[in-house]
Amino acid sequence: MKVKIDPERCQGHGRCYDLAPGLFHDDEEGYGQVTGDGVVPPGEEHTARLAVSNCPERAIDIL
Amino acid sequence: MTSDSRFDQQEFNDRLRTRTVGVRNEVIAGPVSDWTTDFSHAEPEWAADPYPIQDDLRQRCPIAHTERFGGAWLPTRYEDIAAIAYDTDRFSSRAIVVSNVRPPLELAPVGGVPPISSDPPFHHDARKLLLPAFTKSAVAHLEPETREFCHSLIDGLAGQDVVDAAHDYAQHIPTRVIARMLGFPPEDGPHFREFVESALEGVNLPPEERIPRMEKLFGYLLAQIRDHVDNPRDDLTTYLINAELYGSKLEPGHVAGTMSLLLIAGIDTTWSAIGASLWHLARTPADRERLVADPSLLPAAMEEFLRAYAPVTMARLVKEDMRWNGVDMKADDWVLLSFPAANRDPAQFDQAGEVVIDREVNRHAAFGLGIHRCVGSHLARMELRVALEVWLERFPNFSLADPAAVRWATGQVRGPRTLPLRIDRP
Repeated sequence: MKVKIDPERCQGHGRCYDLAPGLFHDDEEGYGQVTGDGVVPPGEEHTARLAVSNCPERAIDIL
Repeated sequence: MTSDSRFDQQEFNDRLRTRTVGVRNEVIAGPVSDWTTDFSHAEPEWAADPYPIQDDLRQRCPIAHTERFGGAWLPTRYEDIAAIAYDTDRFSSRAIVVSNVRPPLELAPVGGVPPISSDPPFHHDARKLLLPAFTKSAVAHLEPETREFCHSLIDGLAGQDVVDAAHDYAQHIPTRVIARMLGFPPEDGPHFREFVESALEGVNLPPEERIPRMEKLFGYLLAQIRDHVDNPRDDLTTYLINAELYGSKLEPGHVAGTMSLLLIAGIDTTWSAIGASLWHLARTPADRERLVADPSLLPAAMEEFLRAYAPVTMARLVKEDMRWNGVDMKADDWVLLSFPAANRDPAQFDQAGEVVIDREVNRHAAFGLGIHRCVGSHLARMELRVALEVWLERFPNFSLADPAAVRWATGQVRGPRTLPLRIDRP
């Protein structure tokens, strides 16, 4: 499982790095960034889905 | 004598005066005859409890209209509200508070209070200037002193059995924090409340009353700007004075407009969110007891309070006559962007009308959608979390002292302005 942020849709609400700080972080303007290569470590799948389902802009995809 | 000529008193006032012109319409106030054709968010009935009205409209007239304010629309479905928020081609942010004056077209794309009043592409660049100061990491530095300040407010309530949580607690927290960020004297807080009320409440007052109030706000801001020009310091006011866009320093109206936005939008919104959350907990002992017993639930609960009691409704102006989702919108019609209504749409949320404090999926729109996402959302969340943590730690047992005495603000920012709570001390 891998997560990806669509930078065109992301508006910097920050729900992803609030809910899944191991998978996402903010940049210097507050937009969400995927940490590392976006591969979700075993056991983090639920957290990844939480980030996806709480993004107000629907900017996160699970590949 | 201020060395920066942009902020000479006379020139600044002349420029300000040009902002007060616009197209005025007849003021229509008083009880609403029919919510589908005559709605008004400026009447006490709406302030007291807008949710049944919105729910009813969503079912039978999902884009309501009113002749008040010179013509305005009220969509109540999440889908429509989101579509308008995303459609900056057909809906302008030239003005974002519905009133009886439409500012001149020439005010676009900057608007009076950039970047919230700006349209693309200018909006993007004006907003970019502000983003770094408002990231989650940047506002985290303000958390320790915010917490200390909340404790000092609670200390000040010692010995009282009934306290006004809106007036004596919630209101002071964002006021203090934004004054600190802008570099304004903390003792000026009481003026800010007056500025907020002038800008956002009383939208139906005659322009003759509203204009002097606005001039007072900008007079205050100009004095702060001039003081910062003479004595620069590490705060947002000095930052804005020195900021550049397209190779030049900002227009004086841009500096003052952004400061007024940060001041006004930074205060009553968070004040409302803190107050509404405490109101809910005061009248819902089961939720209060659960949160006190398990504070790790607070982040989820807070998002649910933001969903269910979203304080902010924005507005847009229709750019050109058009047929839109079944209604005939006219150029310069207002459109209320009711994020509170979007957040209670059953097509978008399960148990939309109920407060579920451990809601796992909560894609709410309390901070807006699209390019105008609230620039202060991370700050607001920090303040709300700290305010609730400190309150619940110090006052785990409280209830509404007099439900009938609770008074909610009218207009586009809704939250309790009077909230008497009975504190049960151990």
